[in-house]
Amino acid sequence: MSLTIERLWSGLLDTLLMVGVSSLLAFALGLPMAVILVVSGRDALFPSPTLNRVLGWVVNLFRSVPFLILMVALIPFTRWVVGTTYGVWAAVVPLTLAATPFFARIAEVSLREVDKGLTEAAQAMGFHRWHIVWHVLLPEARPGIVSGFTITLVTMINASAMAGAIGAGGLGDLAYRYGYQRFDMQVMLTVIVVLVALVTLLQLCGDRLSRRLNHR
Amino acid sequence: MVSLSLPETEATARTAAPRASGKIHVTIDALSKRYPGQQADALHNVSLSIQQGEIFGIIGRSGAGKSTLIRCLNRLEAPTAGRVVIDGTDISALSARQLVAWRRRTGMIFQHFNLLSAKTVRQNIELPLKVAGVPAAARARKVDELLALVGLEARQHAWPAQLSGGQKQRVGIARALVHDPELLLCDEATSALDPETTRAILALLKKINQQRHITIVLITHEMDVVHDLCHTVAVIDQGQIIERGPVWQVYSEPREETTRQLLNPEYQRLPENIAPYLSERRQNRRSRALVRLRYNGQGAHPDLGALATLASGEITVVYSAIEWVQNRAIGQLLLLLDAKHEAQFAQRQLANLADRLEVVGYVTDY
Repeated sequence: MSLTIERLWSGLLDTLLMVGVSSLLAFALGLPMAVILVVSGRDALFPSPTLNRVLGWVVNLFRSVPFLILMVALIPFTRWVVGTTYGVWAAVVPLTLAATPFFARIAEVSLREVDKGLTEAAQAMGFHRWHIVWHVLLPEARPGIVSGFTITLVTMINASAMAGAIGAGGLGDLAYRYGYQRFDMQVMLTVIVVLVALVTLLQLCGDRLSRRLNHR
Repeated sequence: MVSLSLPETEATARTAAPRASGKIHVTIDALSKRYPGQQADALHNVSLSIQQGEIFGIIGRSGAGKSTLIRCLNRLEAPTAGRVVIDGTDISALSARQLVAWRRRTGMIFQHFNLLSAKTVRQNIELPLKVAGVPAAARARKVDELLALVGLEARQHAWPAQLSGGQKQRVGIARALVHDPELLLCDEATSALDPETTRAILALLKKINQQRHITIVLITHEMDVVHDLCHTVAVIDQGQIIERGPVWQVYSEPREETTRQLLNPEYQRLPENIAPYLSERRQNRRSRALVRLRYNGQGAHPDLGALATLASGEITVVYSAIEWVQNRAIGQLLLLLDAKHEAQFAQRQLANLADRLEVVGYVTDY
């Protein structure tokens, strides 16, 4: 029993590490991507149809491949980046590559929903274009971006369980090996409870933060 | 209708006296704008000049092109042809960087206020100064001054969503004035506000115009705004300016049908209850003359006492709609007079009692 709790704990830590690192990377990469997608459109602040089309295409490509397949397809790339295809760090690579375009699209929607009138007012007041991105678009879209990031985190916990099944460790690995292969119902249920608790907690915090940032 | 001519007086010679300085501030020269994929011009060959310190109203129906026109003044909209010269600068020739600097000298307020929801009142007003690189101490001074001007010191830390419409527009006005602009553009600034709030905002704009000598260009579809605030009005219809002049003049004698409909002057109407009794000729001895006294801002004063004296007290006011536009009486007075006084009215010196007089007809057994 104590062995199970120990395993559960280390599994939880692994999951948090995988999800934490890859979602932070996804945030850092996805947000600029979202901004570029929004401001490079036709009639936008920095019109650049080619960049817009190429980036949109790349995002769609990664978004349309199911995670399990993406993970397998990326094995050579993962080995090149982290030197191994096994363990937590190896899972971070495909998780990041899946989460980045996912989050970028969600953040893009939030940015697009910012009232055009605000951009126009800022232009009329003599804002440079990058001022508009920094002082108008990003702050106004902040509540939506936070909600979107929460969704990304939850989706990543899902995906990390899948990564666990092919040897990345974490809660998914635990559930797969003990719950599925050995048919240990107790482990399975415990993992489910922990996952539900984790997702609920994240969602709760995300919603709270988003509400606090929303002054509309 | 029988028209009686009124002696020409010095009043008719009086011309519009704009409160503005006489120096031209904004010149719009043969401006046209066609949106891509459209068959017709949104603006067609529009030319206007706006004087320094003047409140210039552009009135038109929705879709008439007024919004496009005001957006051309700070190049939120790039014209297809023509020029906009402001203070000697052709703004269509400015580079993107010059345009940013130039726009700081022009304030703009909007129908839907366009305040940043993620910033407090104070931060909203401060932001344009911040992006322009103004030091914090100077920013704080300026924001305090403007909060006092618009009367929102107590609400400075509130979020825009917590404010009423009128308060939001006050923030908009304060924000538009941070760079001490010489020109303020108002895009339907009161259209989203109730009548009482509208009056308060118009009073604030008037105060700003008088205290800070800022030229104000506003577009609206509300005649009250033009009437209460503007010195000069231009009427726009289907992308063209169809009429322009001092407000009292356009208001008292609109030349175009569209203008008439937009301004909807009360004095054009004949009260419905009198129509059944009206005839072109005198029916019998009890018939009384229905006389219309017109006031079109040429200086006549509707002095009821004097009018009553002229008619030996036998006078009935049937309808009266007179208002004061730029300190000039505009409107009409419909009076019933006994036959014997009708001639007197026509002959006597009515010069300063009405700008024009006509006998509409005769009313019997009213």
